[in-house]
Amino acid sequence: MAMQRQTMSDKTFDIINLVLLLAITLVVLYPLYFTVIASFSDPYAVVRGEVLLFIKDFTIEPYKNVFVNDEIWIGYFNSIVNTAVSVIYNLALTIPAAFVLSRKTLKGRNIFMGFFVFTMYFGGGMIPGYLLVKNLGLMNTRWALIIPAGFSVYNMIIARTFFQSTFSEELFEAAKIDGCSVFGIFFKIVLPLSGAIVAVIALYVAVGHWNSWFGALLYITKKELYPLQYILRSILIQNQEMNVISTEGMQNAEMIQYFMRRRYMAEGMKYSLIFISSLPMLIAYPFVQKYFVKGVMIGAIKG
Amino acid sequence: MKPSVQNGTVLTARNSRRLAAKKYWQEHWQYYVLLLPAVIFIIIFAYVPMYGAQIAFRDYKVKLGFWGSEWVGLEHFKRFVTSSNFWPLLRNTLSISLYSLVAGFPAPIILAFMLNELQSSKLRKTIQMITYAPHFISAVAVCGLIHLFTQREAGVINLFITLLGGEGIDFLSEPSYFSTIYVVSGIWQELGWGTIIYLAALSGVDPQIVEASIIDGASRVQKIWYIDIPTILPTIIILLILNSGSILNVGYEKVLLLQTPLNMGTSDIISTYVYRLGIEDAQFSYTTAIGLFNSVVNLVMLSVVNYVSKRLSGSSLW
Repeated sequence: MAMQRQTMSDKTFDIINLVLLLAITLVVLYPLYFTVIASFSDPYAVVRGEVLLFIKDFTIEPYKNVFVNDEIWIGYFNSIVNTAVSVIYNLALTIPAAFVLSRKTLKGRNIFMGFFVFTMYFGGGMIPGYLLVKNLGLMNTRWALIIPAGFSVYNMIIARTFFQSTFSEELFEAAKIDGCSVFGIFFKIVLPLSGAIVAVIALYVAVGHWNSWFGALLYITKKELYPLQYILRSILIQNQEMNVISTEGMQNAEMIQYFMRRRYMAEGMKYSLIFISSLPMLIAYPFVQKYFVKGVMIGAIKG
Repeated sequence: MKPSVQNGTVLTARNSRRLAAKKYWQEHWQYYVLLLPAVIFIIIFAYVPMYGAQIAFRDYKVKLGFWGSEWVGLEHFKRFVTSSNFWPLLRNTLSISLYSLVAGFPAPIILAFMLNELQSSKLRKTIQMITYAPHFISAVAVCGLIHLFTQREAGVINLFITLLGGEGIDFLSEPSYFSTIYVVSGIWQELGWGTIIYLAALSGVDPQIVEASIIDGASRVQKIWYIDIPTILPTIIILLILNSGSILNVGYEKVLLLQTPLNMGTSDIISTYVYRLGIEDAQFSYTTAIGLFNSVVNLVMLSVVNYVSKRLSGSSLW
């Protein structure tokens, strides 16, 4: 009898839980869904508020307009180059350091750890960092965005936790007896078995770099070096108009109609821009999703 | 005779220590080589700026350099604390930050419990994938969406409000809505992502204990209350301590993107003020002092909360 009531209340619990979860998922999903349907709908319909649940008057014009824009292409190119270089550079700094600091027999390990971790809690602030980049002569170069963002202590601790839980001391001892040097251990044993953590860190770095814009605001004034997010900001937030079609050779009436249409088009293009700029990262993360738990640092700062 | 023998043993001890050190170094030097790039990086990009922060105590002139500029002590700090901007900036920063903490911190914990109770692992993975998505979208895109969604006429939020019979609101022009916009969009972005750490902690719950509790007639709610929550409590506390260490570090990138001339009354926070005066007006010393003030408050908060937590719960960062 008691058992029966138990399962009844558990069943109710399950149903309520499921309904709430689905509701939460829908609420989280809707803004993304809306962005996609708005980007494929006629901008007039979007501005008139006729798009809520479905695409209205399907069109790919906003996408065409985005793709004829040179700025977007330049931004895309810069972001891809910067992100790729940044990922390699970050991995080259982070993974070896994490491996070294995962070795408990290493002398000075705690001192090095403290030296790194302290910078997580305290820093010189925005202005000294800015002056440093300026004094290094990196202003208005790609490197101003890449070099100062080469290493994150947080990522290093995540990788270190992975190494500590994956490789045993005995394995390293055995390798050492077989005459394997430290470099040999790292490059021939550790790296080939660390695909999961390399993927996670690479994704974190790529997402961080792809999505960053503030560095460009501080350090870049040359148009040909603007990353995608910075161009996105000028269009989405500062409402800078994009030059879409040349107005040369148009009649007056055509011009008026064109300018009115352009105002709406600008709105429609915003949705397609958000979609296009977010797409690479949204495609990438599900591939790495099963490793995400490895990218977590429970109690990892200690020890 | 005696002293010389003593001398001899001391010498061999010293020798063997030297030999051990040599052996250690021969076996381990490559570790330090592998660590070197990261150490150099941290020195240049973390410790040099800390050293550079001394311009907070000087009247920094680019021409005179870090050393040549006149030493003015706490002048800039006094100027900031007594300026008419100080209290509004502190109030705005703290209210956004505390609001985020109170509303945003429990949200992923609750979702993690809900996901953990879900029977179908396929459905759980799908829900996880969907709720992770906003985390991967840039601050610029999210703020662009906020600008679009909150438009007075065509914004989708106002469409829903008018559908339900309400009046449309120009959210970003109303100072009173700013912190809510910031916090709600933040929860939307990080809700799913934040569950990962708690789900990992929940996977550490011993299934045997759960089984025993079921035989004893524990309900699901009781299982959560008596088994799950105590298991992940240390994780919750550690994350709470970490959060308290960034109490004045409101995500300024997003605030900067959402600021409009009309909402500045509530949206101007310490770090956006530093940006405006420091980068745009080149008041380097004054804004470095403000930044340093910020960092020190954060560090003090972190230490205090860490100490209190160590005393009360035994969980602490150090």
